[in-house]
Amino acid sequence: MIHFVLLISRQGKVRLTKWYSPYSQKERTKVIRELSGLILTRGPKLCNFVEWRGLRVVYKRYASLYFCMCIDEDDNELEILEIIHHYVEVLDRYFGSVCELDLIYNFHKAYFILDELLIAGELQEPSKRTVARLVAAQDSLVETAKEQTSSITNIIAQVANFTIKMLHKGYGPWGSNALHLESLFLVDVCTRLVDQH
Amino acid sequence: MNPFSSGTRLRDMIRAIRSCKTAAEERAVVRKECAAIRAAISENDQDYRHRNLAKLMFIHMLGYPTHFGQMECLKLIASSGFPEKRIGYLGLMLLLDERQEVLMLVTNSLKQDLNHSNQYIIGLALCALGNICSAEMARDLAPEVERLLQFRDPNIRKKAALCSIRIIKKVPDLAENFINPAASLLREKHHGVLITGVQLCTDLCKVSSEALEYFREKCTEGLVKTLKDMANSPYAPEYDIAGITDPFLHIRLLKLLRILGQGDADASDCMNDILAQVATKIESNKNAGNAILYECVGTIMSIEDNGGLRVLAINILGRFLSNRDNNIRYVALNMLMKAITVDAQAVQRHRATILECVKDSDASIRKKALDLVYLLVNESNVKPLTKELIESLEASDQEFKGVLTAKICSLVEKFSPEKIWYIDQMLKVLSEAGNFVKDEVWHALIVVISNASDLHGYSVRALYRAFQTSTEQETLVRVAVWCIGEYGDMLVNNVGMLDIEEPITVTESDAVDALEVSIKRLNSDLTTKAMALIALLKLSSRFPSCSERIKDIILQNKRSFVLELQQRSIEFNCILQKHQNIRSALVERMPVLDEATFSGRRAGSLPTSVSTSTGTARNLPNGIAKPAAAPVADLLDLSSSDAPAPSSSGGDFLQDLLGVDLSPASAPPGTSQPPKADDKASLVNLNGLASLTSLSPNATSASPAPMMDLLDGFGPSPQKKEENGPAYPSLVAYESSTLRMTFNISKQPGNPQITLIQAIFTNLSPNVYNDFLFQAAVPKFLQLHLDPASSNTLPASGNGSIIQSMKVTNSQHGKKSLVMRIRIAYKINNKDVLEEGQVSNFPRDL
Repeated sequence: MIHFVLLISRQGKVRLTKWYSPYSQKERTKVIRELSGLILTRGPKLCNFVEWRGLRVVYKRYASLYFCMCIDEDDNELEILEIIHHYVEVLDRYFGSVCELDLIYNFHKAYFILDELLIAGELQEPSKRTVARLVAAQDSLVETAKEQTSSITNIIAQVANFTIKMLHKGYGPWGSNALHLESLFLVDVCTRLVDQH
Repeated sequence: MNPFSSGTRLRDMIRAIRSCKTAAEERAVVRKECAAIRAAISENDQDYRHRNLAKLMFIHMLGYPTHFGQMECLKLIASSGFPEKRIGYLGLMLLLDERQEVLMLVTNSLKQDLNHSNQYIIGLALCALGNICSAEMARDLAPEVERLLQFRDPNIRKKAALCSIRIIKKVPDLAENFINPAASLLREKHHGVLITGVQLCTDLCKVSSEALEYFREKCTEGLVKTLKDMANSPYAPEYDIAGITDPFLHIRLLKLLRILGQGDADASDCMNDILAQVATKIESNKNAGNAILYECVGTIMSIEDNGGLRVLAINILGRFLSNRDNNIRYVALNMLMKAITVDAQAVQRHRATILECVKDSDASIRKKALDLVYLLVNESNVKPLTKELIESLEASDQEFKGVLTAKICSLVEKFSPEKIWYIDQMLKVLSEAGNFVKDEVWHALIVVISNASDLHGYSVRALYRAFQTSTEQETLVRVAVWCIGEYGDMLVNNVGMLDIEEPITVTESDAVDALEVSIKRLNSDLTTKAMALIALLKLSSRFPSCSERIKDIILQNKRSFVLELQQRSIEFNCILQKHQNIRSALVERMPVLDEATFSGRRAGSLPTSVSTSTGTARNLPNGIAKPAAAPVADLLDLSSSDAPAPSSSGGDFLQDLLGVDLSPASAPPGTSQPPKADDKASLVNLNGLASLTSLSPNATSASPAPMMDLLDGFGPSPQKKEENGPAYPSLVAYESSTLRMTFNISKQPGNPQITLIQAIFTNLSPNVYNDFLFQAAVPKFLQLHLDPASSNTLPASGNGSIIQSMKVTNSQHGKKSLVMRIRIAYKINNKDVLEEGQVSNFPRDL
């Protein structure tokens, strides 16, 4: 099983961490520090495996990023290389020639994709198309939810606009002071809703 | 803070953090953001909760504490919308781990989400459960997961399958509930479900033997067929990698077959054909193909023997080993390590290639190859392999030298065919990488040299030569210093020259030079310097011509800032100046160090290490390593052949010599050796005719030297006489022209280890002896208890006697006989007289 997945930049910055075995926060920091020291210093032509604390770390460098996965002694290292490549290809398809910046600003997306690829440290889907489809479906669910809330916001905003216009034109059956306060509240609500989305 | 302020957007925060020039700047930005998020949390702001959590995750990845956001995850998970839940679950997996109590609070939300109508929400819950669930949660939610294994959508089924793996790993008792649903997953067509189903079955087999039996019986054929279909399937673009349809599924199927075939001939037979097909047909020019071949070889090696397949597998490994790709070579070495238990002969064939890998530029490959070589070595090939390894030692980098040195030392000790070879190899290692040699290794070398009496001269000369060329290796210097101290005379006089040696001319002052160099070397550490001081002290009596110079060198350390050196310097100077009479006895050659004791002691701390290289490596049970002895034993124990080996630090050589170890004698260890006939001991006289030792009984007038103080504490106390047990004839233990000592020996019934001895002293001279004091010393395997003497005045001309009882406990009863050093001091007309001797004519089996 895969114990954890790390994405580390060439400068040693962490871009993604996923832990399938329990490591406390302290241990996690230590592990990352140890492994970046071990992996980033290795030359380009060497093999992609490092032995570490009785486990084995398989890493592969793509541009400026190191993809590392830690596995048990008796797991298939070559297959892990294939899984790393699988992940990279899905990312590439999703972002359209992915680069490190994509993974920085959309780190949550990188996690969502990884969650469609691995659970409990095991591979769940060998088809890149299926992974892409599932992530897209969930993204569109989020979009729909956003649109729904923003359409509600729109309605409120329109009502508020209308009220304010009316006020300015001097219409309205209400007393002027109370009415003014009420409309201010409406404006506040609208700004908040707009801000949120 | 304005309640309506939105704070910065996630993207803006990341940008702000990335634009920081220094770590302090970054900390400031993060602190500000964290403060804003905390404020939002305390106000229970719902609208920006998921944005705040996303920010927190980013901050968490940078390594800042984010525990205050944990409850926010739970709130988001509990909210109804998909976007909130999606972020909430992600935060849960990132910010928490299974050991946090907070996690329990999420169980209920998870349960609801597992029963949700939206399959994506079910998917989120399964993913979170699979990644971080604890044993308790596993127990609570197992029924839900089990139900979802039959869910209509395959994407939920596959997630549920992996989630089940986590559950059965956390709670193996639940395994039986999953056996049937897992078996039905094996019939799926959807690759995702199939792959996860196969994985679930593999893990079920690992935790439950019941599951293993079930799958072996019901599913082996089906799995073989699935693999066959896979291997023969036409091009499938969705799953194709490098021309192979779904290598991931291939590998998982092979892995499950390995477990099913292991230890079961029928199941193994069933899969032979397909394994042969995979091993021959898969192309090995791409990584994916090699991954399958590698797995296939592993399966062939693990299942029940089929000669033909094994040959095929070993051939594949041979091909891998000569591959130019480092990854392939690495896995080949890895697999050969497993293959060595199956077919050592086949692995030996690749020895030359493997040895090449020890010199590889890649540290991972070097280490793996070294591990493999270590397993390959046996009595017949140890010499060439060690030679190769020592050669690669010269070429290796610092980091690898440590590992390599440890391995070489271990091999040399384990398999060395003869002592001279062992000493030679160790010398090479010490001169090449002495700084990486562990203490117990060079201690073992000293023990071996000490035991090889015919090689003393050879060793000291070889060490002296090596020392001349490389003084940078600390342990080499130490061993050289020890040997020069012990066998310096052999170095100078070329004693025990072997045919293979080149003659060497070393003068006495050259030897002293060497020691002086090792004291004055800048990087010598305390142990080395202290050892050099002892060596100098020893040489002082062996090289009288250099004694003045030695005294000077010793004196130079009198002002050393290191207490240990200063103290030694002063003490040794004192011995040189004031105690000429005992000096030569004091600095006699060390008794032969007992290999058995040493290796027994090592075995205590190093279970894997092997005893030193005598022909008869004795494995001793625990507990007899170092029998405690009376403190006085150390003082007088100068040449007893049974003296135990020095222990771990070099300083102990001195301690044993001068008896600095004054800790109270503790009880002897409880384990006693089964009685074993010892041919040599049986020659000891039984009739008690004294065979006196040759040590001069001449009384020397030792003034009450500080050394004597150590012997105080044997003051008078009531005398006790015990006489029972089997009777032995009394024996004349010691006799000189002036004094006779007779021993009456008796045994305590029921305790064969204990011997009671009554010593009777008779004055043979016409003078009265005053202040009569009898002292005795025994080797460490004995324990001596002296009762007070009946008197301290011995009347002249045999007109009376002094009686003194003692009790000797022999911890090696049945193996070794008693032996005792004695010293008798008294005054004639206020003039000190000292008599010494050794009693070795005890009846055996005492």
